[in-house]
Order: sequence, then structure tokens, then C-alpha cells
Amino acid sequence: METVREWLNALRTGECSARDAVTTALERIRTVDPQLQAVIAIDPERALAQADTIDRQRAGGEDPGPLAGLPIGIKDVICEKDVECTCASQILKGYRPPYDATVITMLRRAGAIPVARLNMDEFAMGSSTDHSAFAITRNPWDTNRIPGGSSGGSAAAVAARMLPCALGSDTGGSIRQPAALCGVTGLKPTYGRVSRYGLVAYASSLDQIGPLALTVEDIALLLPHLAGHDPHDATSANLPVPNYPAALFQDLRGVRLGVPKEYFIAGLDPAVETAVRSALHLFARNGADCVEISLPHTEYAIATYYIIATAEASSNLARYDGIHYGWRAPESTTLDEVYSHTRRRGFGEEVIRRIILGTYVLSSGYYDAYYLKALKVRTLIRQDFTRAFDTVDAIVTPTSPTPAFALGEKLNDPLQMYLSDIFTVSVNLAGIPGLSVPCGFSPDGLPIGLQILAKPFDEMMLLRVGHAWQQLTDFHLRRPPVCATSFSRPTTHA
Amino acid sequence: MITPETVAYLARLARIELNETDLARFVPPLQEILAYVAKLNELDTSQVEPTAHVLPLTNVSRSDDPLPSLSNAAALQSAPCTDEGCFLVPPVIE
Amino acid sequence: MPDFAPVIGLEVHVQLNTATKMFCACPNRFGDPPNTNVCPVCLGLPGALPVPNAAAIEAAVKAALYLNCSVSSFSKFDRKNYFYPDLPKAYQISQYDLPIGTRGSLEIEVSGTTRRIGITRIHLEEDAGKLVHAPGASLVDLNRAGTPLLEIVSAPEIFSPEEAYAYLSSLRLLMLYLGISNCNMEEGSLRCDANISLRPAGSSTLGTKVEIKNLNSFKGVQKALAFEIKRQSSLLATGTPIVQETRLYDAATDKTLSMRSKEEAHDYRYFPDPDLVPMTFSPEYLARLRDNLPETPQHRAQRFVSAFGLSQYDATVLTSDPALASYFEDTIAAGASPKLAANWIANNLLSALHQTSTSIGACKIRPPQLAALINLVETGTLSSTSAKTVVFPAVFEKGIDPNAVVAEMGLAQVSDTTQIDQWVVDAIRANPDVLDSLRKGKVKAVAKLVGSVMQMSRGKANAALVSQRIAAILKDMHGIEISG
Ligand SMILES: [Mg+2]
Ligand SMILES: [Zn+2]
Repeated sequence: METVREWLNALRTGECSARDAVTTALERIRTVDPQLQAVIAIDPERALAQADTIDRQRAGGEDPGPLAGLPIGIKDVICEKDVECTCASQILKGYRPPYDATVITMLRRAGAIPVARLNMDEFAMGSSTDHSAFAITRNPWDTNRIPGGSSGGSAAAVAARMLPCALGSDTGGSIRQPAALCGVTGLKPTYGRVSRYGLVAYASSLDQIGPLALTVEDIALLLPHLAGHDPHDATSANLPVPNYPAALFQDLRGVRLGVPKEYFIAGLDPAVETAVRSALHLFARNGADCVEISLPHTEYAIATYYIIATAEASSNLARYDGIHYGWRAPESTTLDEVYSHTRRRGFGEEVIRRIILGTYVLSSGYYDAYYLKALKVRTLIRQDFTRAFDTVDAIVTPTSPTPAFALGEKLNDPLQMYLSDIFTVSVNLAGIPGLSVPCGFSPDGLPIGLQILAKPFDEMMLLRVGHAWQQLTDFHLRRPPVCATSFSRPTTHA
Repeated sequence: MITPETVAYLARLARIELNETDLARFVPPLQEILAYVAKLNELDTSQVEPTAHVLPLTNVSRSDDPLPSLSNAAALQSAPCTDEGCFLVPPVIE
Repeated sequence: MPDFAPVIGLEVHVQLNTATKMFCACPNRFGDPPNTNVCPVCLGLPGALPVPNAAAIEAAVKAALYLNCSVSSFSKFDRKNYFYPDLPKAYQISQYDLPIGTRGSLEIEVSGTTRRIGITRIHLEEDAGKLVHAPGASLVDLNRAGTPLLEIVSAPEIFSPEEAYAYLSSLRLLMLYLGISNCNMEEGSLRCDANISLRPAGSSTLGTKVEIKNLNSFKGVQKALAFEIKRQSSLLATGTPIVQETRLYDAATDKTLSMRSKEEAHDYRYFPDPDLVPMTFSPEYLARLRDNLPETPQHRAQRFVSAFGLSQYDATVLTSDPALASYFEDTIAAGASPKLAANWIANNLLSALHQTSTSIGACKIRPPQLAALINLVETGTLSSTSAKTVVFPAVFEKGIDPNAVVAEMGLAQVSDTTQIDQWVVDAIRANPDVLDSLRKGKVKAVAKLVGSVMQMSRGKANAALVSQRIAAILKDMHGIEISG
């Protein structure tokens, strides 16, 4: 019982009650998480109470929803009513939101049970999950390596089979990159597809919530319960939600796949290149039409991203000032001290760095040269994709230029860390959807991810290509060493 | 080239207390990052419209109908310091 | 001492009277216990998102059109970043380079002269919360945080404190006519900051600008500006340069005081709010709003003069409040004669409202009742004295039907000639000396007869009719002519 589909089957057949499901997930967390530190907090009482409600409903002949009893992990950046939400930051210590994020409301309505708050880079700023104020999450494939980030806790928890699925958030690759580095499947939906209401903002014009799971099929099962118009989010698209699981019944024949030449560059790890090239061969052999395309502004994406993201972040994170909620630096006696001490000591260094950078690019005299310039280059990057999708149905690239790097390796070299987002940030700038699926392993046994991109709101195409890929391969089913033996049976309680 | 003085000024605008040691640590990476992002100047964008939003949405609004607010207790439940149903702060001098 | 001429610009914040706040569904209401009209959005909680109030946007566009602004087809919201405890997000959602309206104007009248004052811009923004200063601490109440504000910035084209007063009065009246704000300065639903600089009379270059805050009445604005003109003139006369600063008005002393606080550098780092999408206004939409704008106060006054024959003065008084003007029109519609209605409203009703501090909206005597009262007097059923001293006060207090008051108190006049003639005959008989006096030409003796009739009728005889009948009977029965 590892994939969402397996969990749901067990729950539907009655092989496993919702209480059993929650208990099983909590036990796996207790067993595995001490080695990985993917989990920030659990609230067993709350999860079990929801499970019992579902079991009662089922016993009473009520339909408790299509995901009834499914345990899910929540990145600690998505609000659940009265549950501490820290964004892995000291400054939000003790903050309990008085409301649920829209995705939480939707998941609960479908019967899913949030069981754990998952670790991340502080305020989703990072690609390693070693920028957390509370714990360093480790990669299940090699505990001396980072799991990727910022949704590193979500990816590690799913990879280690603690939970069948998790929510992450993706501003510049924060779902796809950790999914790739941990060998799981992760989707960043089109900007506007999933409500951001209740997602603590890092960069509002780039942020999206998305699911991580073991298989594309699982993603297709979850997505209908996340996607859709939300009147609480003015940037939410008012479009119908397609029948995503239907994408699983289509094959690759006639699909035109674009391969951007700018993504095969110096710095690309040879193992990654080999894995991606062989994926392309396999696609071609199975009926897809692979063509080289050009996304000429790719090399400007990182610079554009770091200007726009930090500008928005400097404003979004200004509200953490020790007054209305969260942590206040002790012994601050004047208002000015409350502000400046709380913010100096409550934020980690990477967050401070980005706030200062963002403040700079918006400040008087620099706005046009940096922020406005970046908004214009963003237009060029979008146009690259629009043009590409005139001729192809999907674009296939590596997700990350390298497999997981060592813990702390890029901690003191922010620019090097930023550059590792090279293949993922353009997608957020363009607002298009992106999926990462496992596509191989490095000689060290580290997972490698393949990124699939499509037109805005064409998540169906991603699921189609991704699922077809997983029908041809088994990388997504391989287990990391921390859980070498499978968790096959649920824990049942008399 | 961004100077320590500029960084100190920006930190002040952002209400983050940075001392000399902090500045010495924060300035070099910021210089390096800004030098890197200057590569955008290679592009002529004089004829390019900026993109502030990726979706072509306009006029999203809601009707003027009230919904229940939070209770005072819920509104203050995570505040570090409160009094008389309000958020309490050190005296604000006007 | 050379003559210095002031150049004044006013920045007015008008709180819109929508049911909900600008970006959330909390009630937009004044006077509730602190932090009870708040939600994740207006508390600035992490993850909460703003969604604009359609009614507030429409009110802003209407105001822009009413103030003759051009409304561009594209507008957007920006963030203005600064730290203050009453601003929970540490940014205010406002508008920067693309406000709803630009280049408008407003007419003012000062001592008989009419001038147009330019309006530079009108934009929509959210209000901050309130700080209450307690000993050793400040308390933050966010009930007001996020309520919709219209910021209206005048061009620096106001040249005297009196013109500033007239500008504010005119602006307030227009907002009341539009019905988009209560414009109550005490409740803070209308707030004003002033900029003033002085220059030598005749010069066209602007002097150093001083900003005045804490202005909480129109009179206060006028007094603060008058004080600044004196203060700055005497400095300039001695060659002392003016310091560009913000000063606070002290209503107790009518002076302005330097804020003397450390001048923190301001850099608001405006940028388009990524949580909000742009607003577009089609020509059709703007035309529809423009066609449905209410009549302006000036037009309404003119119509009152031409259609109802009112004096310019009465017309101005009656249109000084849209509710009052409507009250007047409703009274006419209920059958009262326009001139009598104007008199009753402008004199009796307004002074009664004033004495009891009642608003026209809360006034218990409604237009049909006032019309009925006016008709009772006009048809002679009720004496004008009883109407003013007895019936009006009762109806004003209780909101009851004037006919019922008249009936209950037996105030109906006796206008029956037979009955009056009987009283007159009896009065002449009872006062034989009056006839002698009249024959000697002492016309004033008639008063004694009138008094006697009124006494016999217990005051109910129609006084005009009594005089008329006395004259007739004296002539017919006694051959005495007293009129003519
Ligand atoms: Mg303003
Ligand atoms: Zn609210």
C-alpha cells in the first residue's frame, strides 16, 4: 500500500478503515522520519478525529468523498485552521491561522486527511530544504544529500513512503526540483489553476500549489480536488476543470514533443543528459514525434526570476513584524526595536538576503532598471513558450541540471544555488504547467527527473505524456534505501 | 556596485537591524547577484510591454455583500501582545 | 512688507459608504467593539488574498465622472510599502500611475465670484486601522483597516483659505449628491490634508511647500491656512527661508506646530499588486454611468428657481443637502404649494431640525404630513398661528397626521358666517361704547369687537373672516364704514 491508488483501493474495499490509514501513516512517520526530518509537526488527535468521522459516515451509508481516508502531508506554507503554520521560520513560531486554505477545504470535502506539516526552505526560499529554521531534511536516497527544495519535506515524505501524497508549492521549481531529486512525481499546475488562497505568499505572481505523489496516475486522482475557480483568489482562472483521469487512457501516438536546445548546456550533469536523451528515444519509439525547438531567452530566466520574486517577496514578507501574529523578539521596548529586532532575528539569512535584494530592485531610482526591465524580459520568456507551443504539444527537458547535492554544499554560495533553478524558473515566469517524473538514476544511485511542460491549462497533456512514460518505465516505483522493504499491509487495530 | 551604505539603507527601509558584521557578510553575495542580473541589459526591451500578470484576467471583483467576520478572540489568537481586544504595541510617537 | 500670495492644494480622503470593505466582505461600519469587523484579509494574515468590492470601484468611477475627470480605459492597483502598526500588511493597496480619474474640476463660489478648481487625480485605496494611545503603549484596532477610501487631490489652484473652505464644501456636497459617502468629518468619513506655499504677489514660481495634517473640520482647514499664511509671510518678510515640513494643526489654539519628529526617509516602492488584476472600463460602461449621474446641486437650484418660482436664496438653502432638496420636492408632490413648502422647510423645519440635532433623514414629519399641514392653513381650516405653535411641533415630535392633531385638540377654525355673524352682533350689543368711538373716527376701537368675538368663540373663529364680517355688519346695520 504505497500509491494513492493502492491506499484508496484498500479504503474503498474496507480492507483498511480511515482510522487504520491515519494510524499507518503516523507509524511510518514515527519509523522513518527520524532519519529524514521531513515532518515539522503532526497532530494525531485531529487526524484521527477526522478519520473517525469518515468511518462513521461510511458505516452509516453516507459517501465520505472520493478521497475518503487518504492521508496527505501539507507543506508548512499552506494554512490549516488552528494548526501552527510556520513556513519553517522562527518569525511565524506560534502562528495559528484562524482559517483554512481553499485547497484544504477542498481536500477535506473530498475526504482526504491532512496528517503532517512538512518541512521546507524558510518561506519557500531555497532549493535544498537546508534553509529551514527547524530541521534539515535529508534525501531518502542518500541522507548526506539535500532532498531539493523548497518542498523538500513533501518530496522526501512521499519518496520514503511515509505518506502516499503531499502538497507542495512551486514558485521557481519548488515542487518539480525536489520531486526530481527524491525520485517522485510532482506537478506545478498552470498559474491560476489552483487557488492560492491560504498559501503563504512568497512571490504572488509566480506561486502555485501542487501535488507530489509516486505516480502520474496518483497526481491525476488528486488534481480534480485541488483545481478550480476560487472567488477568494482574484488571480484564479474561471475555467471548467477537465476530467484529469481521462488523460490516463491516451497514449503517445501523434504527440509532438519539443526539446529545447538551450537546456542542454555546459554544467548539465552527464548522467542527467544521458537519462533525458534516452527518455527521448523511448518516447520516439512509442509514437511521439520529438523535434528540437528553441527557447532563446532561457539564459535570462534566472536573473528575471530573482528580480521579480525578490521584489514581490520584499513586500509580501513585510507583514512579519512582530505585531499582529507570530513571534516578537523579546526585550524589544520601542516600536522600532519590535520591527527591526524581530525581523533581524526572526528571519534566516537567505530570507533577509532576498528581502534586501527585492527592496533594492523596487527602490526609487532602480525600479526601471531592475524591476520594470525584468517584467519586460518576462514578456520575452513567455513569448518563447507561446511560439514553441504553436508547433509542439509538450516540451521535454531535464528538471534539474544535477542530481541531489551534498548537505550544505551551496549554503554559502547563493548565486550557485540560484543557478540550479535554471530549468524550472522559466515555467513560473510564463505561468505554464510543469510536471517532473523520475527518468533514471545517476551512477551514485541518485534519482534524475524529467520535466514535461505544456500550454497554459493543458495539464491533460502533461498527465498523458507522464503516465505513458510511467507505463514504459519503473523508475517511479523504485524504493529508496530508507524504506527498502515495502510497506505492503496497513496497520489494523482491533 | 552596491555599497555597504546602500545595503544599510535598504535594511533600514525593510526594518531589519543589520550591524557591521552583518553588513560584511551580506554585501558580497548581493554584489555578486546584482552583477549577475545585470545580464538583462544585454537585451533591448524598448519595444517590449511588461508582464505583470501571466493570465489575461481583468475586472475580477466581488459583490458588496457582507459575510461574517472573525470573533475578536480568533482575530487575536496569535498576537504576541494584546489588551482590551486590541493588538498592543510600544507607544507610537506622532 | 511685500505682499505674499498663497498657493494651496488639498488632498481629501472620502470614506465610501459601501456595505463591505474594499477587499474583503467584513462590514464597513463605524463604532463597533475593536477588532470585531476583521477577517484574514483585512488582518493581513499570511495567505489571505484581496478581492475588490465592485460597488466601491463603481462609486469611484462615478465620482471621477461627476468631478469631470477623464477616466481611462485601464486602471490598476499598486502596493505602497511602509511600516506602521495600523497597516497590518505593511503595505497599503492604493493606486499609483494609473488612477481611476485624472484632470477633473470643481466649481466654487466665493463672495459672488465663481471659479473652477482643477482636480489632479482621484484614486481608490484601502484605509488603515486606528491607533489608540494609552499610557506606555498604543492599542491597534483594525475594524477600519481595509475600508474603501477615495483620495481626491486638487491642483494647486486654491488661492485663499476662503476658497479652500468653499472647495471642501462644494466637494462634500457633490459626494453627498452622489450618495457614495456620509462625509462626516467627526466620524472621519471625510478627511483633509493641505499643502500651502507662499510666493510674492504676481510671481509665477512656487515657493517652498508645507504640509498641514490633523485638520478635522472645514473651519479648521480655513483657520490653519490663515495661520500658515501669517506665519510664512512674516518669515519671508524677514528673509527667513521656509522649511519644507509637515505641520500639525492644533484646534485648541488655531496654530500649526512642526512635527519635529526625525524625518525618516520615505521610499514607498510602489509596484503593481500581483494579487489583483487590472480594471478596464469600456466606453459603453462609462457612458451608462455618466447618463445616470445625479443632477448637480447647481442644476437643481436653478430648476427650483425656474420651475417653482423660488428665490435664488431659498433654492440654494434647499439644495444644500440632497436629502433636504428631495424632501422639498416630495412635499410638493404631496400637494403643497411650492412657495409655502419652501418657507415651511427653510424656516420652521430647518430650525426645528437644528434645535433637536436631527437629520432630515431621521425627521419624523414626512413630506405628506407637511403638505397636509400647509394645506390646512391654506384652506383656512387652521390658523397660521396654531399651525406654527401647536400643530407643527406636535407633528414634528410624534410624526402623526396633522389632521388628527387638529381634530384631537379642536383647533379647527370656525369659518361659518352665520355663527360668526351671531358672535359679532352679540359683541356689538355687549360693547355699546364701541359704536360711539367709531362714530368719532376712532377706528382702533374695532379691536375690542374682535377680541370679544374671539373670546366668545374660544379663539376658534377664523380671524380674517371675523374682521371681514365686523366691517360688513357695522356698515349694513349701523352705517359705519371702517375700511377703505
Ligand atoms: Mg492616500
Ligand atoms: Zn475583512
